[in-house]
Amino acid sequence: MRRRGPFHPRVHWAAPPSLSFRLHRLLLLHTVNPPRIREPIGREAFGPPPASSDWLPTHWRNGRGGRPRARLCSGWTTVEEARRSPTLGGWLGRQRWLLRMGAGRLGAPMERHGRASATSASSAGEQAAGGPEGRRREPLRRRASSASVPSVGASAESARRDRLGSYSGPTAVTRQRVESLRKKRPLFPWFGLDIGGTLVKLVYFEPKDITAEEEEEEVESLKSIRKYLTSNVAYGSTGIRDVHLELKDLTLCGRKGNLHFIRFPTHDMPAFIQMGRDKNFSSLHTVFCATGGGAYKFEEDFLTIGDLQLCKLDELDCLIKGILYIDSVGFNGRSQCYYFENPADSEKCQKLPFDLKNPYPLLLVNIGSGVSILAVYSKDNYKRVTGTSLGGGTFFGLCCLLTGCTTFEEALEMASRGDSTKVDKLVRDIYGGDYERFGLPGWAVASSFGNMMSKEKREAVSKEDLARATLITITNNIGSIARMCALNENINQVVFVGNFLRINTIAMRLLAYALDYWSKGQLKALFSEHEGYFGAVGALLELLKIP
Amino acid sequence: MAECGASGSGSSGDSLDKSITLPPDEIFRNLENAKRFAIDIGGSLTKLAYYSTVQHKVAKVRSFDHAGKDTERDHEPPYEISVQEEITARLHFIKFENTYIEACLDFIKDHLVNTETKVIQATGGGAYKFKDLIEEKLQLKVDKEDVMTCLIKGCNFVLKNIPHEAFVYQKDADPEFRFQTNHPHIFPYLLVNIGSGVSIVKVETEDRFEWVGGSSIGGGTFWGLGALLTKTKKFDELLHLASRGQHSNVDMLVRDVYGGAHQTLGLSGNLIASSFGKSATADQEFSKEDMAKSLLHMISNDIGQLACLHARLHSLDRVYFGGFFIRGHPVTMRTITYSINFFSKGEVQALFLRHEGYLGAIGAFLKGAEQDNPNQYSWGENYAGSSGLMSTSPELGPAQRARSGTFDLLEMDRLERPLVNLPLLLDPPSYVPDTVDLTDDALARKYWLTCFEEALDGVVKRAVASQPDSVDAAERAEKFRQKYWNKLQTLRQQPFAYGTLTVRSLLDTREHCLNEFNFPDPYSKVKQRENGVALRCFPGVVRSLDALGWEERQLALVKGLLAGNVFDWGARAVSDTGLILCPSLSFSERPWLVDSYSKWLQRLKGPPHKCALIFADNSGIDIILGVFPFVRELLLRGTEVILACNSGPALNDVTHSESLIVAERIAGMDPVVHSALREERLLLVQTGSSSPCLDLSRLDKGLAALVRERGADLVVIEGMGRAVHTNYHAALRCESLKLAVVKNAWLAERLGGRLFSVIFKYEVPAE
Repeated sequence: MRRRGPFHPRVHWAAPPSLSFRLHRLLLLHTVNPPRIREPIGREAFGPPPASSDWLPTHWRNGRGGRPRARLCSGWTTVEEARRSPTLGGWLGRQRWLLRMGAGRLGAPMERHGRASATSASSAGEQAAGGPEGRRREPLRRRASSASVPSVGASAESARRDRLGSYSGPTAVTRQRVESLRKKRPLFPWFGLDIGGTLVKLVYFEPKDITAEEEEEEVESLKSIRKYLTSNVAYGSTGIRDVHLELKDLTLCGRKGNLHFIRFPTHDMPAFIQMGRDKNFSSLHTVFCATGGGAYKFEEDFLTIGDLQLCKLDELDCLIKGILYIDSVGFNGRSQCYYFENPADSEKCQKLPFDLKNPYPLLLVNIGSGVSILAVYSKDNYKRVTGTSLGGGTFFGLCCLLTGCTTFEEALEMASRGDSTKVDKLVRDIYGGDYERFGLPGWAVASSFGNMMSKEKREAVSKEDLARATLITITNNIGSIARMCALNENINQVVFVGNFLRINTIAMRLLAYALDYWSKGQLKALFSEHEGYFGAVGALLELLKIP
Repeated sequence: MAECGASGSGSSGDSLDKSITLPPDEIFRNLENAKRFAIDIGGSLTKLAYYSTVQHKVAKVRSFDHAGKDTERDHEPPYEISVQEEITARLHFIKFENTYIEACLDFIKDHLVNTETKVIQATGGGAYKFKDLIEEKLQLKVDKEDVMTCLIKGCNFVLKNIPHEAFVYQKDADPEFRFQTNHPHIFPYLLVNIGSGVSIVKVETEDRFEWVGGSSIGGGTFWGLGALLTKTKKFDELLHLASRGQHSNVDMLVRDVYGGAHQTLGLSGNLIASSFGKSATADQEFSKEDMAKSLLHMISNDIGQLACLHARLHSLDRVYFGGFFIRGHPVTMRTITYSINFFSKGEVQALFLRHEGYLGAIGAFLKGAEQDNPNQYSWGENYAGSSGLMSTSPELGPAQRARSGTFDLLEMDRLERPLVNLPLLLDPPSYVPDTVDLTDDALARKYWLTCFEEALDGVVKRAVASQPDSVDAAERAEKFRQKYWNKLQTLRQQPFAYGTLTVRSLLDTREHCLNEFNFPDPYSKVKQRENGVALRCFPGVVRSLDALGWEERQLALVKGLLAGNVFDWGARAVSDTGLILCPSLSFSERPWLVDSYSKWLQRLKGPPHKCALIFADNSGIDIILGVFPFVRELLLRGTEVILACNSGPALNDVTHSESLIVAERIAGMDPVVHSALREERLLLVQTGSSSPCLDLSRLDKGLAALVRERGADLVVIEGMGRAVHTNYHAALRCESLKLAVVKNAWLAERLGGRLFSVIFKYEVPAE
């Protein structure tokens, strides 16, 4: 059974989307072109620089870089700003203003509005609500489901729920038991939330089979949420909907609809909660299923500010549920899982679908801010093998310090243009070629950043070289630890997920190559299209009680 | 360390420093006889190894020609003593900063007199860089050796030959180092060498090892990335920055992700979720110290994790760490140890080596010296000629820690005979010779260091007196005093300098220092006189013993053993009171402080032992009037006896060669001993040691073979040095008798008795 290793807890990480747009005060529904990634593939991790970076099928690149994004940015006029009180008043004012502008009642949730620190401090002081000592040993899953009960059981609101006919509140139990499955579904909206160390991942199920009757009954706030989320692809200055990942015509709990994938930085969490309060979200009596460390960190804020009871879910449970589910539904008719053939060869490298029909045993490497490595033996049987703090956060953090870059995309773009061999000391730099005594090839990195011990070489490298070296260092290290875990656990398929891999072909190809090379072809590196969203999907599935 | 001269004589700039003057008395000793060189040039330190011979004066005893026995008169000595020159082999290792390399090579060139050496074995990253310089200066051909091969050879060598070589590092403990007793089976182990990158090698036998993995994130990453992040150029400065930083300002910790909830989840909030994670999300400046600390944690954790994964894959629980990233830096040893403990949940031990810096040089030397078969011999660390481990702990002040400008030395003596475990040890891996660990026991340490300091005057006096004909004896004795005094002061500051500090190591260090200044056997004359006196008493003692009834005789024999043991020039209480010439000393009546005599007597009523191994202590009354009558009784019972005496002199302990003469003289007086010697029922062997104490894990190979061959089933250990300071807790597979008179008031009090309390410990192993 699963062991709860104390290190590197379930931290899911993703690179924050662009922070560089300082448009939030002025623009509304402003369409911008984010900096195009000129060379999305970048120079090869191995061998000479490619003649062409166009080695991947075009369809795969779609939606990764260079996609025009419509941005909805909240804003207010100077007068309004002067009027707004530091916190609540300002938000209410803004929402009113947004309403006038026809932006939908939900408004702009992702506005960067203060830092998480202010609110997290309050929650840090106390134990999580309902967290007696005895709970510690109780499995999270059970804890989570029990915690979800009070949030939907408030009897004062049951009348309206009955009228809506979509939840079996206590007063309606007898009647609803004989009714169809439909009646047992939770109320809309259906969200799954994964609050990581850097990034919040939100999945939203948009029902497409709404009947006219239903539409009529749908409360205004619910409708506005639906319209707002589905008609925009960016929210505030930092929220982004990954349109290319949208899963169409999905059937969940008997309802047909589309699954949307949205992310925004964790430091905008307070604004998100504040919006929930402003929109009186609690009146919808939906259950907010949330996972990730932030589910704990922000629980108190959700309760006191947003009057929302979070249903906290175990991160790893959600992750595995999410992966298994998403893999089973595929990717709009295509395969969810893929691998690289000839990853080191820029000419022959191909991204090919992989049928994960025998998923077990599976080594799951989730690369967020940090890295968690799980050995999965069956749907319910898995353990956390280890983890490392050298993850996506380390890559991006070091890049920020070394190159002054401000976004993950920027860091990757620089890395794609850099040459890490100027920064790293290779085996051939020490031995003049291969180190045969130990069977080490000359191209292998002997010392990451090893050349930077020399002043002359420090002066000769570019920021791009440094970004590239950082990426190679972190990626190789993850590959190496993953390989050792696979050996120790005797597992030969390794699935890499997490937002570190988003638009990060260099890292994926390097992982694929390194795993293959050092295991002499015994290990296979697999990837998945929805990289960083599995935790959030798992949380949604938990809401719907889908096994 | 005082002997590490050259301080103040040179600054450690980046260029080669030619202006320094080397203190030739202290470093490059015995260079004129040097043959075979090896050099290991690292990124900042050069390690030079050479093999040389040392000429020592040794006191030899020789039996007179006893053709006219009847001419013997009362004052005539039983044998003659002559001082002879003896040549022994010694390995010298010197570690210095690369800046001194040219000056050192010049010095070697000027002082190298009669070498036939044509080749110098070279290893390390700098071997290539300095190849031309070495070839030009020394006129030796540079023969490059593989770095890892040398490292592993060196590692095997120190693990086998230097007791307390490996240690675990304990944060905030006093002392910070905990030494491991030498494991008889050193293989297999994992060696993690953290140079600019990391190599992980599984070592299976002397010659078989395998590179099992590595990582590019190593010392070079710390240095290179650290230089980029902090603009600090030097490795040591980076470490210094790191020791002052707060990594939590840069790293994303669990508590940053989980808020306060980590407590309810049973997670430690201080664990790092993402190294440098805060620099990705916070728009702020980070201090150099914080970044350096974060980097150090990141790298140490990563290495520790990989080491644990490899250890697990190969089912190994001992991992030795070496390389310039470690190099005795407490901060890196601490983070590595933490990481190993964390990732292995305590199942894997992170071990460091006292002579880690020398491994490459030792290995390169061994590669070049294969025809001399250095691995066939046992080697011993010479405490007099070695600098010892220096603490780099910041509390000790920069003067103590400064490595620049110092020369660090290691000298190893080739022992005449190979040393092995006593086959009768119950559990060799867990055997610890020493009773009290003075590194651990601060009170005892203080007492014994003071005790040895106070005894120093007496030792100096005796040393001078032992060589009345020597003109420079006083001068040499003064040098000895200075050297040993300095060692004692070093040990006061850094008790861990030579491994675990024990009474034994203090005694051994004194012997090494005495030898260093050609006082091979200060007690030879005293021993000669006392042996003479005791031999004359022997027939009378035997007669009176034989007159006793059986039961009375057994007690008298044991009392004789104990009484003889009182006459010990090494014990302060005795030398202060003067020699008490009274064999029937009633030092204390039974019950003794430790008294299992009745059990022993009961045993004697049973069948005789097959073979007894007796470790003798002092010359004179002890061996002649105490041990020999006891031996005689055993022989009469039908028990064979192996009498083991020291190979070399130590205090007034009887040496093997003295014991041969003494036995010969007794055989002349006593038919029992005579026939036993002739029929080889009494065998005199040497222990392989020159220590007043006894390490049963390092005994002469011949002795061990004999013990096995004769099936020894009783071990008798006599004297305070061998049965109290050491081996008091030693567990054997056969019956054992440990007896001593506690001739030290402080120790007696500690044991709950008074001065001259008696220890009589008869032990029978559990079935």
